[in-house]
Amino acid sequence: MAKLKVVVVGNGMVGHHYVETLANSDIDADICVIGGETRPAYDRVHLSEVFDGKAPADLALTTREAYEELGVDAHFGDFVSKIDRDNKQVVTEGGQVFDYDKLVLATGSYPFVPPVPGRERAHCLTYRTIDDLGEIKASAKGKQVGVVVGGGLLGLECANALKNLGLEAHVVEFAPGLMGVQLDEGGSRMLRRKIEALGVKVHTSKATEKIVEGDQHRLRMEFADETSLETDMIVFSAGIRPYDQLARDAGLKVGERGGIEIDYHCKTSDENIFAIGECAVLGNFIFGLVAPGYRMAEAAVLQLSDDKVSFTGADMSTKLKLLGVDVGSVGDSKGMADGALAFVFSDERDEVYKRLNVSPDGKYVLGATLVGDCDDYDTILQYYLNEIELPENPESLILPASDGAAPTLGVDALPMTASICSCHNVTKGDVINAIDNGCMTVAAVKSDTKASTGCGGCAALLKNVVDFELASRGVEVDTSICAHFKYTRQELFTIVQSTQTKTFDQLLASHGQGRGCDICKPAVASILASLWNEHVLASDLVPLQDTNDTFMANMQKDGTYSVVPRVPGGEILPDQLIALGEVAKQFDLYSKITGGQRVDLFGARLNDLPEIWSRLIEAGFETGHAYAKSLRTVKSCVGSTWCRYGVQDSVGQAIDIEHRYKGLRSPHKLKMAVSGCTRECAEAQSKDVGIIATEHGWNLYVCGNGGMKPRHADLFATDLDTATLIKYIDRFLMFYVRTADRLQRTSVWLESLEGGLPYLQDVIINDSLGIADDLERQMQHVIETYQCEWKTALSDDEKLKRFRHFVNSDLADDNVVFVEERGQKRPADLQEKAQKTLKAVS
Amino acid sequence: MGAQKLCNKKDLVVNSGVCALAQVNGQPQQLAVFYLPDTEQQVFAIHNWDPLGRANVLSRGIVGSIDNELVVASPLYKQHFSLTTGKCLEEDISVPTFAVTLSGDDVLLTA
Repeated sequence: MAKLKVVVVGNGMVGHHYVETLANSDIDADICVIGGETRPAYDRVHLSEVFDGKAPADLALTTREAYEELGVDAHFGDFVSKIDRDNKQVVTEGGQVFDYDKLVLATGSYPFVPPVPGRERAHCLTYRTIDDLGEIKASAKGKQVGVVVGGGLLGLECANALKNLGLEAHVVEFAPGLMGVQLDEGGSRMLRRKIEALGVKVHTSKATEKIVEGDQHRLRMEFADETSLETDMIVFSAGIRPYDQLARDAGLKVGERGGIEIDYHCKTSDENIFAIGECAVLGNFIFGLVAPGYRMAEAAVLQLSDDKVSFTGADMSTKLKLLGVDVGSVGDSKGMADGALAFVFSDERDEVYKRLNVSPDGKYVLGATLVGDCDDYDTILQYYLNEIELPENPESLILPASDGAAPTLGVDALPMTASICSCHNVTKGDVINAIDNGCMTVAAVKSDTKASTGCGGCAALLKNVVDFELASRGVEVDTSICAHFKYTRQELFTIVQSTQTKTFDQLLASHGQGRGCDICKPAVASILASLWNEHVLASDLVPLQDTNDTFMANMQKDGTYSVVPRVPGGEILPDQLIALGEVAKQFDLYSKITGGQRVDLFGARLNDLPEIWSRLIEAGFETGHAYAKSLRTVKSCVGSTWCRYGVQDSVGQAIDIEHRYKGLRSPHKLKMAVSGCTRECAEAQSKDVGIIATEHGWNLYVCGNGGMKPRHADLFATDLDTATLIKYIDRFLMFYVRTADRLQRTSVWLESLEGGLPYLQDVIINDSLGIADDLERQMQHVIETYQCEWKTALSDDEKLKRFRHFVNSDLADDNVVFVEERGQKRPADLQEKAQKTLKAVS
Repeated sequence: MGAQKLCNKKDLVVNSGVCALAQVNGQPQQLAVFYLPDTEQQVFAIHNWDPLGRANVLSRGIVGSIDNELVVASPLYKQHFSLTTGKCLEEDISVPTFAVTLSGDDVLLTA
């Protein structure tokens, strides 16, 4: 029998999903796909990220090569213009003709542009495709104002795009509220409030009468209420309309309000033609989300097999971030059902709105609206989808955690049919199946089931299911620090502390195996230092240290070192500045100001380090621990001493704090800052510990982070006096030192703490674990045993014996070569070295 | 050619490395010499040149074991080099090894 010929018209997300599903199935078919856009399928859901810095290519869902590998015959940039049902052929605008046995229409939809006079003017655009983005970008260039017509989901996405382009963004909505389809009135109001706070101007109940030429800007919109708005650009995003012309022309049945009519098998009125995605209408309903589109694609593929599954509609719940605001909508979000009971929580201070709709008997979730906080979305969705009976007090599902423990639904309570990933329709049963088949990690389950590879919203839930399932099978998730110790860092810390272990060799003998490595050795050295605080170059400790600690300087790419003396709070005497300059000159060091308000001197050779440091110590400096996983700097602004706005002495506070915690070895480096007022010039909210002065004392922020994955610090406690502030920081730091993983910054540590910030506050402020005294005592020990490591080392010849390149020669490393740039030296590159004819090694 | 004295035993650092200058075939070479007193061989030498980080730094790495292989981790990018074969465990590259031995208080290059 000849192979089945399947032709797919349209290569959007749903059309692509159909092609991929069919190609990977057991069904033997020749697949041909025809896409009108010039590029293969891409992720339309995340379109606005292109203005956030994403390249259009990053949105691609597939490539021409990938289709070729699947054996799919793909054509792009040509529209199908006609379906010849009698001869079972489609014809394109370019004149190509394709025969089919089965035809699948996945033509999608187009943006609806209301029939407003003037809508055809230049700079009146739509927002749907990557090409549209290009036009929007070009139109925005050098301009100030942009308007989006439509306050729905896509409209707000688009407003975000305009904002990212640097425009003053306006949203004009015909209805009285934003996202009227998904949100109830209260939720819509809260969303508006939050969006306006972000600088987007919202105009509701506005009917645009006409668009004319503007005075100040390119265009002017005139509204029915006789107001007007000038703008440089208008983007229409007022809903979608199905592309159904092709089907109409072919005489297929279409819905009253458009859309190709389908049955539960995604079949149109012609039994050889299917329609899926946004071009299709099922019982007068168009499914304008990607997840239901995917379900249709899958159902339509199965119609070609013996396993005829129906598409009976799909859950339209959705969770997303619009302009950075969390918005969630579950099921009957507005509580329209007869007798539905609503629980509403509204917090105007933190701008959070939640509404839970339950059945008249109070037993089942009917739907929910969430704005400003979607943490409860997953739990509510599971209650809804699986019809799980609610607890006696359903309101606990949406009340803030401080009001008693928020009941997150245990994953063991979920039935096997519970949907974990709605993008790829993965159930709890599928996940467990994958584990049965040998998947032992979240990553393995992800690649096996595709769960959490769509929008990624279910990542946390998936991890919980996998972890729970593995734990219940007694599978131990390997959290060992390395091959030499079958313990986590936290466990090693407890062992070292409780057994009073003082050396690595002791610990290895009692709890480890092998010789250790570059993972466990520095980790144990750090634990020993946090607990006993011996000198970093004590003979037992030396072999454990990373080279930076061994030489108390930072190794650079050419094997030379950089030197950073401590400058507490960034305050420095003129004579010290001069001394720094003199040392840099004497030893020919490249000088740079660091982000932590101190000076870094680069290009020091090993044998020069001791002399550099005796000069620095003479000038009143001490070691800055820039080489260590420990406190780096406490940055400060100038505070009330000089600044017109400062309300407290931030410099004094920063200096005291830096002196208090200098030398504390920790799982990773620590950075702190103190700002003298709410203007926050010291950028304290990007630090592990941030302190901001208030009229009444100090606000404490914790677990902020710059670097690769920035995180704003969380407000931990407010209006503290200095004694309480110090007490909390003592406890906080020691708790982190005790419990964090190796090389885990405070930001990641907090996110890994079960119970998060409220739990941490409970431990530190309320001493819920009863360890506060112990933590403080431990900190006190570290503070009392502080020594400037360089000062101690300089008085001990044994510690200095390694500070030379060769143990048997005074020659220097001939591979260290410098050239001059901008008046200072820098390491020579390979070519420059070759020119200097210095031979390293063959 | 006879053995060449590199340095004294007290110049070595227990369970860690130092760099010694040696003449090999008439050329000056930098040797990373490691002292592991609890092994049978006690001293090991490989070249000090890290071919991946392109600097003379291997003597300053952390010594350890990976699957019974004695290794040093480059202080620059942390690749591991075998102390006995010079082979890099992560990349297809090696560094030269040298035969060294302890003779009384002297550290000797024997080959």
